[in-house]
Amino acid sequence: MHSRLRAGWGVRLGAFGALVFLHFPLLIIILYAFTTEEASFRFPPPGLTTQWIGELFNREDFWRALGLSLQVAVIATLLALILGTLIALALARANFFGRDSISLLVILPIALPGIVSGIALRSAVSILGVPFSTWTIILGHATFCIVTVYNNVVARLRRTAHSQVEASMDLGASSFQTFRYIILPNITTALVAGGMLAFALSFDEVIVTTFTAGNQQTLPIWIFSQLTRPRDRPVTNVAALFVIAVTFIPIILAHQLTRDRRD
Amino acid sequence: MSAASRTDAEAAVVLKGVSKHFGGVKALDYIDLEIYDGEFFSMLGPSGSGKTTSLRIVAGFEQPTAGRVMLYGRDVTTTPPFDRDVNTVFQDYALFPHMTVEQNVGYGLMIRKVNRHEIQRRVGEMLEMVRLPGTQARRPSQLSGGQRQRIALARALINRPRVLLLDEPLGALDLKLRQQMQIELKAIQREVGITFIFVTHDQEEALTMSDRLAVFNHGRIEQIGAPADVYERPLTAFVAGFVGTTNILTDDIAQRLVGRPAALSIRPEKIRLLPQGTTPDPDQFAASGTVRDVIYVGMTTRFIVALDGGGELEVVSQNLDTRAEEAFAARGTPMVAVWHKSAMRELSTAGA
Repeated sequence: MHSRLRAGWGVRLGAFGALVFLHFPLLIIILYAFTTEEASFRFPPPGLTTQWIGELFNREDFWRALGLSLQVAVIATLLALILGTLIALALARANFFGRDSISLLVILPIALPGIVSGIALRSAVSILGVPFSTWTIILGHATFCIVTVYNNVVARLRRTAHSQVEASMDLGASSFQTFRYIILPNITTALVAGGMLAFALSFDEVIVTTFTAGNQQTLPIWIFSQLTRPRDRPVTNVAALFVIAVTFIPIILAHQLTRDRRD
Repeated sequence: MSAASRTDAEAAVVLKGVSKHFGGVKALDYIDLEIYDGEFFSMLGPSGSGKTTSLRIVAGFEQPTAGRVMLYGRDVTTTPPFDRDVNTVFQDYALFPHMTVEQNVGYGLMIRKVNRHEIQRRVGEMLEMVRLPGTQARRPSQLSGGQRQRIALARALINRPRVLLLDEPLGALDLKLRQQMQIELKAIQREVGITFIFVTHDQEEALTMSDRLAVFNHGRIEQIGAPADVYERPLTAFVAGFVGTTNILTDDIAQRLVGRPAALSIRPEKIRLLPQGTTPDPDQFAASGTVRDVIYVGMTTRFIVALDGGGELEVVSQNLDTRAEEAFAARGTPMVAVWHKSAMRELSTAGA
């Protein structure tokens, strides 16, 4: 295809090496989710089995953690969709002093190290005297979920011709009708993509969750706590497979949706 | 038929002392304008002259910094676009890409909750009028530029507005299509009988289509009048130069011709080149010079004459009997340029 720009063997080998380095640990998890040997990482595994899937499914604490993770991710994503869209609508067309600073403030939670956000949220929640609960986790997640929604929606709004909005108002539509019939259809895929990324981010979040949770366990934290129980390692690996699936699929779909399809 | 000739015509749109400032920029500087019911009115000017800003103020997309806007006697200065009885054809057409042609054209009716059958019927009628019947199910991306233009027109007219605003709607079309659309737009305006306000930077387009036109420059209106009026009797050097081409005579030559310092405008096609030594009639002006250049343009020939007293004169003559060889042979020969006194206009120097 790109015959003129063929990479040399060295570069290809390097690229292949980097890919292996990146994904080898994932392959290990997948492989040892099916091993017959519980406690050790002997290579090659003495045998393959699917018994750990069944065992995991019988673990009531796993289901509780998965349920909580899904609940948190769904609610945080919904919050982010509403708030992120509103901020994007306010900032996309406006041009006032300090607009860029506000935009930066919106994006900051995803740029800050999670540990900083975590400590900040924990102090804020304690000072306000709010008990740590599922809701504090959701709020913590919403802070960075908003960013992915905002970024996607604001980019789309900037690509949408403003004359469409004017045309709609010109033809008699109120601001709300214009949003409903013109803006919303234009940003739908951006919302879906932003929402999926937000969901994926929330679903495997550990650091902020550790700081904002009471004694609840989300799935990633449950997996982390499993490390102290070496005999459960294959079961944990199966759970990790779950996390991979639940976060990878939305990210790939989001990528597909936001590709530029202009021909 | 021309609304401009009616002195008692009802005013469709009135701008009273309208100014619009964007930060420190005066996009519009105290505009007074009256547009009559049923006329085809053009706002002509170079980019940044304020013509589009005026249109957007009539549409309601911009609020004037000062002044009032009246629509058929009603003060609409602060009325939002969706409460004004005007519709707009946008420069980029602004068709909704996620909707079919039928949904685009029927959008205004859908918003007004007109029932589905009525919408279908009227969309059909409008598509008939813009000569694109049967395109209901298509998407804007499947249409050519000229077709999008017609759909935008149909969408704006379906609400039966009292005034239609057109923001350089033909700018993106190629020359042939543009000329065809000019004729069609005029025909449609006669058919629907409503006021058209047409923004353009193309003087030929404005001359061809308008009942009256306003020439904008630097946020002000330099002249308002019927096309022939503006062309034949330009008030300022800007108007004389922007609407058509012209020769502007000043300094020594003006002094010699009219006996005082002035700015004089004479159109190239009003001048005739005669052999050296010809005496002009009493009602004619004359200036002698040498033909410096000859540009053969097919239908006409342009002569550039270097005047004896300094300065240049552009003369355009129709190739009625002249052959190209004869025209070229004039190069380098001394000639007398002659024109009727009444063809020359004295310009106000204030607007220049």
